[in-house]
Amino acid sequence: MAEKIDLQEIEVWDGNYAAAQAMRQAQIDVVAAYPITPSTPIVEGYANFMADGYIDGEFVMVESEHAAMSGCVGAAAAGGRVATATSSQGFALMVEVLYQASGMRLPIVLNVANRALAAPLNVRGDHSDMYLGRDSGWVQIDAFNAQEVYDMNLCAFRVGEHHDIRLPVMVHQDGFVTSHTAQNVRPLSDDDAYKFIGEYKPMDELLDFSRPVTHGAQTEEDWHFEHKARQHKALMDARPVIESVFAEFEKVSGRKYKRVESYMIEDAEVIIVALGSTVESARLAAQQLRDEEGIKAGVVGPRVIRPFPFDAIRDALENCKAIGAMDRSCPGGALGMLFNEVSAAVYTTAKRPLVTNYIYGLGGRDLAIVDIKAIFRELKANADAGKITTQIQQFIGLRGPKLAFFETREGK
Amino acid sequence: MAITSVKNLKEFSTSNDRFEGAHLLCPGCAHSMIVRELMNCTDDNLVISTNTGCLEVSTAVYPYTSWDTSWIHIGFENAATAAAGAEAMYKARKRKGTLKNPDAPVKFVAFGGDGSTYDIGFQWLSGAVERGHNFTYICLDNENYANTGGQRSSATPIGASTTTAPAGRVSYGEKRNKKDMLAIMAANGASYVAQVAPNKWKNMAQAFQKALSTDGPCYINAMSACTTEWKFDPKDTINISDLATDSLAFPLYEIINGTELNITYRPKNVLPVKDYLAAQGRFKHLFKPENAHVLEEWQKRVDEKWEYLQRREEARV
Ligand SMILES: Cc1ncc(C[n+]2csc(CCOP(=O)(O)OP(=O)(O)O)c2C)c(N)n1
Ligand code: SF4
Ligand SMILES: [Mg+2]
Repeated sequence: MAEKIDLQEIEVWDGNYAAAQAMRQAQIDVVAAYPITPSTPIVEGYANFMADGYIDGEFVMVESEHAAMSGCVGAAAAGGRVATATSSQGFALMVEVLYQASGMRLPIVLNVANRALAAPLNVRGDHSDMYLGRDSGWVQIDAFNAQEVYDMNLCAFRVGEHHDIRLPVMVHQDGFVTSHTAQNVRPLSDDDAYKFIGEYKPMDELLDFSRPVTHGAQTEEDWHFEHKARQHKALMDARPVIESVFAEFEKVSGRKYKRVESYMIEDAEVIIVALGSTVESARLAAQQLRDEEGIKAGVVGPRVIRPFPFDAIRDALENCKAIGAMDRSCPGGALGMLFNEVSAAVYTTAKRPLVTNYIYGLGGRDLAIVDIKAIFRELKANADAGKITTQIQQFIGLRGPKLAFFETREGK
Repeated sequence: MAITSVKNLKEFSTSNDRFEGAHLLCPGCAHSMIVRELMNCTDDNLVISTNTGCLEVSTAVYPYTSWDTSWIHIGFENAATAAAGAEAMYKARKRKGTLKNPDAPVKFVAFGGDGSTYDIGFQWLSGAVERGHNFTYICLDNENYANTGGQRSSATPIGASTTTAPAGRVSYGEKRNKKDMLAIMAANGASYVAQVAPNKWKNMAQAFQKALSTDGPCYINAMSACTTEWKFDPKDTINISDLATDSLAFPLYEIINGTELNITYRPKNVLPVKDYLAAQGRFKHLFKPENAHVLEEWQKRVDEKWEYLQRREEARV
């Protein structure tokens, strides 16, 4: 048995170290990894635990992120707990294997410290890598701060390894703002954390020689569709599993999580929907605007990105008047992902609130509280006018002349 | 019955079969001979990974499988890493005591075509070998991307006509010489490296057994005659293979710990390499008068390589 660490009730950890600590407590069998900014300290933290005798499993430093995920797939098929971490270009290099991991129904936990995608090369935080993974068939969980990075890691193993789900899980955190900012984190003890995650229960493992299995078979037009449909169903079925894991986690930690985290939405007229650390900034802005200007502002942050919480988003948004969907990824000639998915959800409501799209923060550009307040005020103007008073998509925080796209029928 | 105790071909044909005869490889494909022999030369449990290519698409089409052993395919380039990951998991679980069959002997083997080995999977193989995983990598070298219709790879020899370097009015086909994977793998730190051919089946079984019983990463380059892309009659696979080994187009040798080179087969009568080339459609155009220089070049390269191997063997380096 690896040695344990006596943790303080409150530790000062950044998001990366919180992830490394959770990985240590999970008693992972194999970590295959490759360094990239800003997730590198996760791998380094884990390597230090290894060097100090706190890890029983294998730690394989491979030669690329593609190999990191390939090694994770081989290891997971061999019937044990597996995890790794990456960002940005490393994530992009992994993409082929991300689809293979989910299609082969292998639970692997991937910590993603979100970062922009080149070109131009940029090491700062945005959500381009997170968005790149959105159709990969993984469960995607979003942490808004270091505490949540820790908590979501513990939950991720439970969700992915559940025998009805058997899917890989990403835990996202914002590069630098979360990954490198030291915050107070209340960890569970090593024993309690491991008790919560539980022993790994292998299924169809390569190392059970009494029952040989074939992993990664070919399917063509006769069976491929059925496999992908089942995979999608497993992902959709993860919704109640996630909820029950969150409920159990509340019992051991006192911290309550939901698939969609709502802030002051009960009477909200205008709501911002955002991801990552922006959710926390938007909450602050909403509180201030309520106090200072009486604008009934609220914030909705999807905790779970995949499976998309269509039902919970709809419930959270149906009674407001105007919504700002905040996308931190260059939309590449379309409306942003959050805009599209939030719009689809509210389209099924009776009152159909107005939805506009804000592209912000690319390549680590800061989003200040004043910027968020300005968005709330614009949403308020839409709500009062009963129509969208701007173009549907606006780039904010950009140098030079204002950039906006996609006009309403009236040409705004 | 493992081939360890098999003395002749008749016994071999009745030895245990963990690779089922029912698969979709072309009749006469050497891939299956090599795979079957690997699986027959040990009684140990096997965890086999396979890169995308003819072997993979022909042996695991849902809902069927030809593999009566643990088997995994991920992608075109990463079978070495799949084996490495499984091997790492084995070590971790053995240490933690969570294996279902903790005492069962197990060997990790990865198969790749030359495309996935010499080209797209080169980095994954190099990484896994450098890290010293305990596994054997077997390249099924048919000198082209057969699964996708016969495109060139960096294992394609000079003068071969492939679909992406075809012979034409002004071209004799492939211009480059074949990459020397055995030298590369020996330099990369492989504990044992060998070139084998299915016609020399006892020699091949010995190399497989050496590799499986060696601690650390091993690389075996197995010549795999491809009836479809080399363009010969399916019944002639072994004849073509004989021509290859006896003309020294495919010399059989091993390299132990990166330095000790041994020639493992010395033909009694060395055949001219043109006999080997003439038996295959992919080299047909070389027999036109304007391509005579390519035939000469071929023979020159084969002679030089054989010279080199002999010198190294003699010098014990
Ligand atoms: C990333 C990627 N690129 C290309 C392919 C297409 N592809 C599949 S098999 C193959 C060729 C296989 O050649 P080789 O490795 O020599 O095996 P062989 O079929 O000749 O046995 C190619 C190009 C793929 N599956 N994946
Ligand atoms: S194309 Fe060649 S390598 Fe592929 S199955 Fe046929 S003979 Fe074998
Ligand atoms: Mg080939």
